[in-house]
Amino acid sequence: MSGHRLSQGGLIDRSAPLKFTFDGKPYQGFRGDTLASAILANGVSLVGRSFKYHRPRGIMTASSAEPNALVELREGARTEPNTRMTMVELYDGLIAKSQNRWPSLNFDIGSINQLASPIFVAGFYYKTFMWPKAFWEKLYEPMIRRAAGLGRATHEPDPDRYEKAYAHCDVLVIGAGPAGLSAAVTAGRAGARVLLADEGPVLGGSLLYENEEIDATSGSDWAQEVVAELVSLRDVTLMPRTTVFGWYDDNIFGAVERVADHKMVPGPHEPRQRYWRILAKRAILATGAEERALVFGGNDRPGVMLASAVRSYVNRYAVSPGRTAIVFTNNASGYRTSRDLRSKGIRVAAVMDSRKDAPKLDSGGAPIVAGAVITRVEGGRDIERVAFERGRGQERLECDFVAMSGGFNPNVHLACHRGAKPEWKEDIQAFSAPRNGSRFVAVGAANGSMLISQCLREGAEAGAQAANEAGFRSKAAPTPLTKDESYNIKPLWWVKEGSSKAFVDFQNDVTAKDILLTVQEGYRHVELTKRYTTLGMATDGGRMSGINGSGIVAEATGKSIAEVGTTTFRPYYTPVSFGVIAGPFKGHHFQPVRQTPLHEWAEENGAVFVETGLWMRSSWFPRKGESDWLESVIREVKATRESVGLCDVSTLGKIDIQGSDAAEFLNRVYCNGWNTLEVGKARYGLMLREDGIVFDDGTTSRLGEDHFFMTTTTANAARVMSHLEFCHQALWPDLDVQYVSVTEQWAQMAVAGPMARRSLQKICENVELNDQTFPYLAAKEIKILGGVTARLFRISFSGEHAYELSVPADYGNMTARALMHAGREFGITPYGVEALSVMRIEKGHVAGGELNGTTTATDLGLERMMSKKKDYIGRMMAQREEMTRKDREMVVGIRPVNQNDRLRAGAHILSKGDAASMENDQGYVSSVAFSPMLGRWVGLALCKRGRERHGEIVQLFDGVYGVHLEAELCDPVHYDKENRKLYA
Amino acid sequence: MRIRCPYCGERPSEEFTYLGDAAPERPLSNEPSSMDEWFDYVYLRDNPKGVMQEYWHHSGGCRSWIVAVRDTETHEISSTVAARDFAKGRGR
Repeated sequence: MSGHRLSQGGLIDRSAPLKFTFDGKPYQGFRGDTLASAILANGVSLVGRSFKYHRPRGIMTASSAEPNALVELREGARTEPNTRMTMVELYDGLIAKSQNRWPSLNFDIGSINQLASPIFVAGFYYKTFMWPKAFWEKLYEPMIRRAAGLGRATHEPDPDRYEKAYAHCDVLVIGAGPAGLSAAVTAGRAGARVLLADEGPVLGGSLLYENEEIDATSGSDWAQEVVAELVSLRDVTLMPRTTVFGWYDDNIFGAVERVADHKMVPGPHEPRQRYWRILAKRAILATGAEERALVFGGNDRPGVMLASAVRSYVNRYAVSPGRTAIVFTNNASGYRTSRDLRSKGIRVAAVMDSRKDAPKLDSGGAPIVAGAVITRVEGGRDIERVAFERGRGQERLECDFVAMSGGFNPNVHLACHRGAKPEWKEDIQAFSAPRNGSRFVAVGAANGSMLISQCLREGAEAGAQAANEAGFRSKAAPTPLTKDESYNIKPLWWVKEGSSKAFVDFQNDVTAKDILLTVQEGYRHVELTKRYTTLGMATDGGRMSGINGSGIVAEATGKSIAEVGTTTFRPYYTPVSFGVIAGPFKGHHFQPVRQTPLHEWAEENGAVFVETGLWMRSSWFPRKGESDWLESVIREVKATRESVGLCDVSTLGKIDIQGSDAAEFLNRVYCNGWNTLEVGKARYGLMLREDGIVFDDGTTSRLGEDHFFMTTTTANAARVMSHLEFCHQALWPDLDVQYVSVTEQWAQMAVAGPMARRSLQKICENVELNDQTFPYLAAKEIKILGGVTARLFRISFSGEHAYELSVPADYGNMTARALMHAGREFGITPYGVEALSVMRIEKGHVAGGELNGTTTATDLGLERMMSKKKDYIGRMMAQREEMTRKDREMVVGIRPVNQNDRLRAGAHILSKGDAASMENDQGYVSSVAFSPMLGRWVGLALCKRGRERHGEIVQLFDGVYGVHLEAELCDPVHYDKENRKLYA
Repeated sequence: MRIRCPYCGERPSEEFTYLGDAAPERPLSNEPSSMDEWFDYVYLRDNPKGVMQEYWHHSGGCRSWIVAVRDTETHEISSTVAARDFAKGRGR
């Protein structure tokens, strides 16, 4: 509890105090604080509990790699779990809660897991919960789920908006530290369109907290000057609070801009976050490097922090994590921290350098202990001392916080997202970004360059090169004067002395010994180690743990770390919320809604709609007093068959086909012939796929010598159009034919039943409808309702004397209303797709259940349609042995023997006396309906040798519904077998 | 990713629909003796690591079918041509 605010300094606004609460307790911070710096300033060091052992945890970093300090932010519908305190900008009224603790953060029952830690070793899931098997679902899994885990998501809908946006630029610069700023300003001066993205709210990167001198000004002042120049450049866009999370094909980058996460509530018309897709001609990776933790006993205790994080809190936020520090390092970073602490008057008990031959570096006056390693961090709630060794047995030294540095890992992630592996650099003992060609280059610390002068020079050079390659003329300015601090390092992957837990992955509680055990058990590949231990699989994506893990595997297997390599880097670099991935596409914006041109008419008549793909189709039209859909459907069918019904069939695909080769084109895409179709006539057409299976069906009419009007099924409308385009463009480009989808241009309605003609006649202008002018399959343009051009087709899906009437879409509702008026004396009845389906099943017409992508024309009983005189899509493959086997499943009618039994689609057919087994399976019921005309359930089925078996009594078996009954195979046409009504 | 449509210029890949290998050529013969040729055309596909010719459909654009030369390893599309011209180039 010794963290405190320093009396001066820092980039915080002390005139703007902000109130916030953590676990219900009120605290105060300043504008410019993060939640992490503010809570440290208030002396709070314990902020969370670890995943597996529920160990007390504190803030370890000042960056987006934070593994420990995860909290639940905000309340109610805006609750967001697992937010990193280090990335949360403080605002007035902020509310945060700790996670994974019960009943409270300070007294947590789950921490007894530590006592049971022998069973939580690597692979414990696989070893511990294996038996008895029944315990898994009932006991183990619920127990693990409750004990483990991080924050909880809210069940309330997110009240905030999220946007998606696209950007194009000449040069994308990722990271606004010294390298990124010089890259951006160099490219920007040349006039290039530059985007500069940085995950922080203030641009400057490490310059915001490091004591650097650039051209005789402080690093942070230099950064502000460059930012001011960038703001003045017209084609430069600055994107603070924007994390570039992934690199994709064609130099496209994904990014999330946190537009309003730093506010209590987003402003009016402001999204919370914005999801960017950025297409960059050239991109520059200037993401810097993340400091590496050291692996030693008790390195996870609150108060053990990265050395650079300590500098960040002290210099940028004017917060000291404690009163007395011990620095543990294997490189120059520790000395720099010691100097910065001393300059602020904070005591440094010692700099412990693991290198026996440590170079003489300036610790700012703190004692240096060379060749020393910390073996254990000791204390009660707070750190009291460390135990260390330097070859004289165990010694102890008092302190209340520890700053550690194991070196630096370049942030190479984005450069590896498209498959390249990072390159091991011996001199810095780290993996740096791979070469990916000049479209995406790494500079500065991301490139393994640890000196400030290198960062500035590489940034400027890459900025100039990128601008030149994007078509501008640019030259890097001379590198500013800096004071470089030399960097050298001797690796220290794991302090083996000491017996207490030394953590590698802090978030998933993976220790060095877990990795050792894993290697001993044979999982020697680093990808296997990762999965067996869960190393690097937490929400921090292994940013703090991955390379240390590789180092320990290397030591344990006797390989070099370059040979061991890293696990695969994949997007996302940091966690991305589901809200921003979904963007605005939720609720009724999830997908478009297609309404037919007769939608209003259907609504006026009380339609119940059903989603069919994107379409809303009228399903049935309930009337007062009707208790269920079946009652309405029965009425609609009877009314249609006895008098006249009106149905919206506008969703059918409609394609207008013209050209001197139009008939030939149809010959090649349909299996039946079209040369003999007269002008003014319609014909049923059947399309196959090239593999011989039925693709689609519909009627196509010849409106002129070179003009056809094709209809397709609703489901295949788009697919048939693409298919026609493919066939014409890729197979037969010489055909003189043009075609266009007119599905949405025409409203189409079926008028069916004995009184259809008399109803229609009343709205026709210039034609007398009779069997001479309009015989079955006539298709002609007519005038209706005072001159509206319409197309009338005498075709029937219901089996009735029926017509389909097409009018331009805008006349759809008007025409349907006029027909309702015209048919009133006959009791004209709107019917929906349910009644339509009942009537087609009564008539044995095949539809989706039978045209299911497995059936041939022969299976459907349509083999005579397959022409032998011409080439067409599917002709050859339809002749294969398999496609012409006699015992294929083919369409047959089916009806229960007991007139009162109900049929269900999906029930399997078994021969009489056979047991229900796969071997005995004869096929299945594909479509069923209650036939109002026959007063019983009827259906269609796909049954082996079905056509030879009319009259056979079979069993129907349906294990799902528990149905087992007798049924009769029969002719598919259940109603009006002689087609008398069609021609009536 | 962007794909150059011969008619519309560079367009985002989301406007396109992928079909597959453009190398197999539809046989001209309907004689039973050509069955093996047909079988190859309908079913047999190479799965190269490297450059291949592919049919793409500019379905969210001008509705042209195009043939793109794409490297399956890098996803780089080095050239595109209208399927119509590709077919004519084969003598169709």
